[in-house]
Amino acid sequence: MSQTSAIKAAYWRGFRNGLPFLLVIAPFGLLFGVAATNAGMDLAQVMGFSVMVIAGAAQFTALQLMGDHAPVVLILAASLAVNLRMAMYSAALTPHLGKSKAWHKALVAYFMVDQVYALSANEYETRPEMSRAEKLAYYAGACTPVCPNWYLATLAGALVGAAIPPEFALDFAVPITFLAMIGPALRSLAHVAAALVSIVGALVLWFLPSGVGLMIAALAAMVTGAQVELWVARRKGALL
Amino acid sequence: MNGYSDAVIWGIIVALGIGTFALRYSFLGFLGDRQLPEWALRYLRYTPVAVLPGLVAPLVVWPAATDGHPDPARLIAAVAALAVGIATRNTLWAIVGGLSALYLALWLIG
Repeated sequence: MSQTSAIKAAYWRGFRNGLPFLLVIAPFGLLFGVAATNAGMDLAQVMGFSVMVIAGAAQFTALQLMGDHAPVVLILAASLAVNLRMAMYSAALTPHLGKSKAWHKALVAYFMVDQVYALSANEYETRPEMSRAEKLAYYAGACTPVCPNWYLATLAGALVGAAIPPEFALDFAVPITFLAMIGPALRSLAHVAAALVSIVGALVLWFLPSGVGLMIAALAAMVTGAQVELWVARRKGALL
Repeated sequence: MNGYSDAVIWGIIVALGIGTFALRYSFLGFLGDRQLPEWALRYLRYTPVAVLPGLVAPLVVWPAATDGHPDPARLIAAVAALAVGIATRNTLWAIVGGLSALYLALWLIG
């Protein structure tokens, strides 16, 4: 296979692998558009979120805290905390793409969403013989069905959002979306323990000014997760 | 949007955009092949499950739409979304399950 046809093949492989995620991206983006519009944001602001931030969980986090009239500092802290995992993605992709041109790396960074990261990391792992150009092409292929449709779905949600009557109880679409992200994330005892501390902490500290209780609960939950992980590892070690 | 001027909303959007890009670009662009220390990775692993459950819990227990009173239909929907998510490991099915349970419960018990 020649250089260019290998690159083309990598792009289309990424595209095909990314295609099924349309089923996740479209409803999720739609919900954000609807929720943000109903919260009173104008079309430019709703689209500004999806185009500039392009990170669903963080966008919903910001939206929710803005609905609670939380201080701006806490809105930013909580939303960026949700996005901290992307620093891990960035670290994991560096051995593969770190030597690319700066503007290529900037594009890779901008489009670094969970689905594209997961696909690419897996692909680079299973096909270590890929050249850097092929790896970039695969990444671009995986982004193509996922990222532009995030904008389009948000736009569709923003346009129809105001027309949806309250009987549809869309006030609860946002909590359901969060809960739907939490279930699959409960991968181990440590994750479950962290989630429980987060829930109990946030409820007990609810009397604090909005956002403050969540911050304290989240910090306690992170420490809990890390400590439980260490504890489980030690117990396993002791059993061996 | 109540309580925030347009300028503040745009400030939040831009700051969040820049901050998120900085996180995504961090290692690729600035830090190179340096490894994160083990303890830092251990904390980072738990940020989503540390933030999201605490964010959602008050919304489930004291929903704004019912003036903060616990609402059976919304509680059922919350349990359904969480349970389907754990069972299928799939966010989309969990959303479908949660919304279906919500509408079914609202229709049955109002």
